[in-house]
Amino acid sequence: MTATTETQADLSAEIAQIEANSTEAEAAGQNVRQPLLDYPPYRSSILRHPTKDPRHADPETIELWAPCFGHSDVEPLEADLTIAGSNEPIGERITVSGRVLDGEGRPVRNQLVEIWQANSAGRYIHKREQHPAPLDPNFTGVGRCLTDAEGRYRFQTIKPGPYPWGNHINAWRPAHIHFSLFGRAFTQRLITQMYFPSDPLFALDPIYQSITSQKDRDALVAKYDHDLSTPEYSMGYSWDIVLTGPSRTWTEPEEGDL
Amino acid sequence: MSTTTRTPGQTIGPFFGYALPYEGDADLVPPGSPGSIRLHGWVYDGAGNPIPDALLEIWQTDAEGNVPQAEGSLHRDGWTFTGWGRADTDPNGHYTFSTVLPGPAKEGAAPFFALTVFARGLLDKLHTRIYLPEHPSNAGDPLLVSLSEDERATLVATADATGLRFDIHLQGDRETTFLTYG
Repeated sequence: MTATTETQADLSAEIAQIEANSTEAEAAGQNVRQPLLDYPPYRSSILRHPTKDPRHADPETIELWAPCFGHSDVEPLEADLTIAGSNEPIGERITVSGRVLDGEGRPVRNQLVEIWQANSAGRYIHKREQHPAPLDPNFTGVGRCLTDAEGRYRFQTIKPGPYPWGNHINAWRPAHIHFSLFGRAFTQRLITQMYFPSDPLFALDPIYQSITSQKDRDALVAKYDHDLSTPEYSMGYSWDIVLTGPSRTWTEPEEGDL
Repeated sequence: MSTTTRTPGQTIGPFFGYALPYEGDADLVPPGSPGSIRLHGWVYDGAGNPIPDALLEIWQTDAEGNVPQAEGSLHRDGWTFTGWGRADTDPNGHYTFSTVLPGPAKEGAAPFFALTVFARGLLDKLHTRIYLPEHPSNAGDPLLVSLSEDERATLVATADATGLRFDIHLQGDRETTFLTYG
C-alpha cells in the first residue's frame, strides 16, 4: 500500500464539497454523470479517468446484440459459493437474489451474472491482497449463474466483511459483492458493486460516494428480504439491477425459446 | 418513460483477477489457427505508465459479418466462434486476443471490434471501437467521419507482423476516444 498522510477528515471534506457542487449543477439543469469518473477522493482514479467527454455514436448492429451464454458455460452449482471446500465457510450465510431488467422493466433472460467478494473476515483470495485477515479454505468468493425466464438470479454465499485499503489513513470499504452483468445489448454491459443496508461506512467511502446523488447510490444497496431468508439456515437479501443502453427491438420469446 | 433507476456502475477494483479471467478467455479462435490474428496492445494511464490491472472485452461479428449467437465462450470447444472474449492486462499493461478480422455487418459498413474497458481506478466501464487499418469502408463510417483526425487515429488499429496492435490511453495527448450511445 502507498504511504499516505491523508486522514478520513481530509477525504470527507473533499467528498462533501464534490457532492455540493454536483447537487448545484443538477439543480441548474446539468446532467451529472453517475458515478463521476473524475473523482479525486478515489486517489487511483486521478490518472485513470478520461478527461474528454465521450463522443456520441449511433450503435451499430454488433453493439445492439449481446454475447450469448448458456448451460454449456455455467453449471448450476456455481451459484452456491458455500460448497467449494470440504467444510462450510465461516460467516453469516446469505441468499442474494433479484431480477436483471432493462430500462423499460423487461427481464434480461438467460444471461450471465458473475460475482466475486471478500470472505467474512474481509479478505480476498488474491495474490496482491495485503490485508492480514485470515483466508478461509472453504471459501473462494467466486460465483456465476444464468438468469431465468423472468430475469432472476440467485446466489447462496456468506456475508463479506469490510476491508481496509490504502486510499488514505484508516480507509475501510463497506461490505460489498462485485457483480458483472450482460444485458440484451453490448451497450448495456455493467460491472458494479452491491452493498448491504445501513452500512456505517457509506458516508466515508470514496468509491460509493463517487455516485453523488442519493437516489442513484440507493440503487446499489440490497434490501433485507425476510421471504428470502431460510428457516434455521440463512438470511435473505434482494437486489434488482437495471441495465440501460440502446438495444434491438424487443420481441416476446416464442414457445420453445425458454 | 421509465420510472426505474438505472443501476450505476462501480470500479472493477483490484481483486477481479481470481474471478473473471478464465482459461481460454482471450482466444476467440485457437492461436495460430488458419485465418487467426493476434489483436494486442498496451493500456496506459495519464502519466504514460502501463496499467497492469485492466480488463478488456471485445465483441465482434465473424469474418463474414454475422453476429454470433452461439454459447460456449466460457468453455471454448476450439471450433465454435462466439464473437466475445476477455483479456486482463499483464504486469506490463499488455493484453492479447486471438481472433479473426470482423466482417461488415451490412453491405459497405466499416467493420470494428466493440470494446469495453474496466480497471482499478476507473469508476465505470468505458466503451469504444477498434477499427481496421486502411479499410475502404472507414471513409464512410458515420462515427469516424464525425471525429477530428487526431481522435480518429485513436480508434484505428495498426497492422503488425501477427495482426493488429491497438493501444488504449485513458488520459494524455493520445487519450482514446470513448463513446456514449444515445
